[in-house]
Amino acid sequence: MNIVIASGKGGTGKTTLATNLASYLALKHQVILSDLDVEEPNSALFINGEQKRQTEKFKMIPKWNGECTACGICQEVCAYNAILQLGTHIILHAQLCHSCYACSELCPIDALPMEPVQMGLMTELKTPVMDFIESKLNVGEEQAVPLIKETTDFIQEQYADPVIKIYDAPPGTSCPVIEAVKTADYVILITEPTPFGLHDMSLMVGVVRDMGKPFGVVINRYGIGNDDVLDYCKKENIDVIARIPNEREIAETYSRGELLFEKFPAVKSALQDIERHLFSLDLGGKS
Amino acid sequence: MRKKLKEIVVISGKGGTGKTSIAASFAVLGGSDVVLADCDVDAADMHLLMQPDVQKSEAFFSGAIAKIDPDLCTGCGLCAEVCRFDAIFEQGDKYVIEPINCEGCGYGPRVCPEAAIDMFDANVGDWYKSTSRLGTSLIHAKLGIGADNSGKLVTKVKDEAKRLAVAEDKPILLVDGPPGVGCPVVAALAGADYVIIVIEPTVSGIHDLKRVQELIAKFRINSGCIINKFDINHDVTAEIKEFIRDTGIDHISDIPYDVSFTEAMTVGKTIVEYSPNGTGQYLSASWHKIKQLLQLESEEK
Repeated sequence: MNIVIASGKGGTGKTTLATNLASYLALKHQVILSDLDVEEPNSALFINGEQKRQTEKFKMIPKWNGECTACGICQEVCAYNAILQLGTHIILHAQLCHSCYACSELCPIDALPMEPVQMGLMTELKTPVMDFIESKLNVGEEQAVPLIKETTDFIQEQYADPVIKIYDAPPGTSCPVIEAVKTADYVILITEPTPFGLHDMSLMVGVVRDMGKPFGVVINRYGIGNDDVLDYCKKENIDVIARIPNEREIAETYSRGELLFEKFPAVKSALQDIERHLFSLDLGGKS
Repeated sequence: MRKKLKEIVVISGKGGTGKTSIAASFAVLGGSDVVLADCDVDAADMHLLMQPDVQKSEAFFSGAIAKIDPDLCTGCGLCAEVCRFDAIFEQGDKYVIEPINCEGCGYGPRVCPEAAIDMFDANVGDWYKSTSRLGTSLIHAKLGIGADNSGKLVTKVKDEAKRLAVAEDKPILLVDGPPGVGCPVVAALAGADYVIIVIEPTVSGIHDLKRVQELIAKFRINSGCIINKFDINHDVTAEIKEFIRDTGIDHISDIPYDVSFTEAMTVGKTIVEYSPNGTGQYLSASWHKIKQLLQLESEEK
């Protein structure tokens, strides 16, 4: 079962939910938690694990071997302006490259062989109750999607059902989130009951509906703001699967990097609601 | 003599730290000096506080998506063979494109012997030139659902806002930036004079601050830090202060935990309007300090 936790808006409690839900479910089930917010992975701050392995992750980019007939094909085929041809000199902008291989394979003299360049690190950890995988993009590296894909591919290969696979998705609604959601059998959208929360969640609802993924909503900081999120979910026929109350003490506990469900019965009860909901679903990936 | 336009970008690393609420407050405080740009195009929320009257709306095209003409496709499969993005599939005796996977590289059309594949510009969103409820200019955008290229839309919004600020002879371009450290943030930071980092004193907050600082250092932009909800964890607040002192980031202000941030948002107002004598005062003091810092910068040069 692949459960992706996402939210249009950042800071609504994605990581809080992912780490707490994974740790809670791990008491009874086999669980792997993965942080796919590769630009700002934070789950590891809440999970104490022993590092098993760290793997460099590479993307393939062309490297010029110094030869050039000035035919201009490489610059012409590059859709990302990553190649500049000046006479018989080639300048490559690795950050802009999307690894499509066109320049490399279309160069008539094979002067642009593809070579691996490190884009980030994938770290595998083991906690007393579960496995945890975090990928982190190098700062200044612009393409998050390839690293997300490498990470989800790795997890699909390594962990078969009935392991519960929980993914902490990146924020927003653009390409990195799409890549993360592709893996999902079920998506949990977490939001807060505020105008910003509602607006950004409604964008994310559009994304998961477009992708044909089943989903439900968890409302965090319930009690602040207004009832517009509830009204929206009712109108749109979306399951509100749990509510986590707003308490300053919860914010303080989070700020110290501590898990919440052991300390706050209301959080534990919300996790139980989610657990019941997940196991009541007939999901394709569930064995 | 006309002063050079100052470009101030508000970012946060981690989302949900109060970045947009704070940027909106500065827009109110800056009044007619400010042109505002909402570059958080993935989760654009500024319009909820600025209730803009849209003057002009334009579709934004970027990248491209391949499309196979089924009448011309002979099913040779060459395109699928070269595609590195799993975007081309066999369907019956023909091949089709899965648009969500297409990166627009154009390699498929290049190798197709029948010239059956065309590239189409993708409409990735819309951008707007608006008048905010303050009577000032706001440039904002809406990214299409699941669209690629948010970095390019960020650049578009910023360029349009900058052009407008110059045309209207405004001294300040205020940019509400995207979260993270990736492509959209890099686009928002390009050309900035000053970066304001809004952060919360949590273990995630300080972790993200360190990554943002690495990025800003690469760009060599001066920056300052606002610690929001500083009182939820005094230890981490102290740690943040030490970190920013060591890395040369200005300390702008500490703002206390206050639910009126949310209350203000719920009624579509900024905190300086909703609570002018409460937490709003911290924002006024912060804006004053930022203006001082920027003036000092310009005198040194």
